[in-house]
Amino acid sequence: MSDPVLSIRNLSVDYIGAEADFHAVRNVSFTIAAGEFFGLAGESGCGKSTIAFAITRLLRPPAIIRSGSEILLDGRDVLALDSAALRDLRWREVAMVFQSAMNSLNPVLTIESQFYDVLRTHTGMSRTAARARAADLLRLVDIPADRLSAYPHQLSGGMRQRVVIAICLALNPKLLIMDEPTTALDVVVQREILERINRLRQELGFSVLFITHDLALMVQVSDRIGIMLEGELVEVDDAQAIYRSPRHDYTRRLWASIPRLGSERTARDAGQ
Amino acid sequence: MSDTTPILALDHVSKSFGRAEARVHAARSISFALHPGRTLALVGESGSGKTTAARLIMREYRPDEGRLLFRGSPVEDGPLGSLKAYRRAVQMVFQDPFSSLNPVHTVRYHLERPLQLHQPALKGAERRAAIAEVLTRVKLDPALILPKYPHELSGGQRQRISIARALAVNPEVIIADEPTSMLDVSVRLGILNLLNDMKRQLGLAVLYITHDIATARYVAEDIMVMYAGQIVEWGETESVLGNPQHPYTRLLLSAVPDPDRRLTETLFDGELSRVDVIRRQSAIDQSEVREIAANHFIRPMPA
Repeated sequence: MSDPVLSIRNLSVDYIGAEADFHAVRNVSFTIAAGEFFGLAGESGCGKSTIAFAITRLLRPPAIIRSGSEILLDGRDVLALDSAALRDLRWREVAMVFQSAMNSLNPVLTIESQFYDVLRTHTGMSRTAARARAADLLRLVDIPADRLSAYPHQLSGGMRQRVVIAICLALNPKLLIMDEPTTALDVVVQREILERINRLRQELGFSVLFITHDLALMVQVSDRIGIMLEGELVEVDDAQAIYRSPRHDYTRRLWASIPRLGSERTARDAGQ
Repeated sequence: MSDTTPILALDHVSKSFGRAEARVHAARSISFALHPGRTLALVGESGSGKTTAARLIMREYRPDEGRLLFRGSPVEDGPLGSLKAYRRAVQMVFQDPFSSLNPVHTVRYHLERPLQLHQPALKGAERRAAIAEVLTRVKLDPALILPKYPHELSGGQRQRISIARALAVNPEVIIADEPTSMLDVSVRLGILNLLNDMKRQLGLAVLYITHDIATARYVAEDIMVMYAGQIVEWGETESVLGNPQHPYTRLLLSAVPDPDRRLTETLFDGELSRVDVIRRQSAIDQSEVREIAANHFIRPMPA
């Protein structure tokens, strides 16, 4: 078996408070294999986004990563990198689609400039070459190349989301982190975007860390799933096992709290 | 639908925005009725006109055409003061529990206001009793919660306050616009169960607006699917969701996350592969109505 793309060992993150520290992530370990779609689920405040921010080293005080934590990305020790090496890591090795990514584009720059910004900074590409590359990337996410001259407000929410994903794929990262990438979109658009990412993953071979609280959606797209509760990873298993034979009581309760369509196990019975 | 007379009905109501070439038809001749003790779900994607329907009912918008009927009589033509009775009887629960409560006022203020406005006869002690009762109904402890400010409450607690505020004036109709979409999955069910209990115990008529078909099935006896301002399929929930006939309904259903199917498998053949066609054709005005079964209708999609 080949080495995992991402390997997290004993990760602990605390938010330092005046009276007491908040243990947001407690001793979490998991790996993501090359080309794997890994889901991280749990309710708000359970620490899933904190893990994503730790991997990309975007955590700022009062958050601190406790010593003894280890994050290896493609064999490199992420926690030991200086800022120059981090610059090299972000976008190229790992790219992140933020929650409400549709609002993470700069409103006063055209789509083309936002591609150019990433491509020039990391590869020194010329404007002409960047334009051609950006057009290719937009086609990957089903957006006509003539929209390069558009501003973010001229695109729908779903299109903006797809532009962000295209920018994230610009440098062929090995790991794509998606933090609740589709929660602000409606189901049809959400479905189209996830199908698209899944197909691109198969073509380009990157791994995905997918964070959401929508368990049903997660089972549909993920290979393996980790369930988080109050900073701890309480269960990691194949997606189908998480769905059909969850071992942890919390996983079972999460399922019981979700009304579902076309299933006899609807919450009408499980809810009370 | 039940035989009781509807409390509230929309009769061929239309509303459009913008001018001439860029006209948006947010409601196109929509008709539906709300009955005591029943929930009607209105589902559709963002921009389909769901919230416009809610605003028409709340009298925030006036219809361009059609009528709003309350107990059978048009709302605008009632005697003087009838609108006040209407405003008491029809209450709304909003989507965002973080912005629908005033951050500078306590929970007590939020519940006292509607009572002062709509039941001025109540004395201080009676009013306090009414507030305590309504809080107990939504399963919150009055002594603990009354002095708190919205920022001290969780999203689920805030939404319970919003529901309590709506219930405080003994309404007959509740318009709930995506009441759970901003809440964590683990607390959504509690809010839905609360709405279900209130409907049963108080005989409320509920309009439940959502884009989440699974929760619609959980709370509603009847359902309407809306697209581009038009109700394309409607009827009894089990019939509509069990035997969907309009391509747009089938498209929506195939896109609902379902752990029993991998992303590559779909519920209906090809609906997801012709999203653009379905969207374009479903947006065309269609006056023809076809009956699929008892209490199950569609407006056929033009070929």
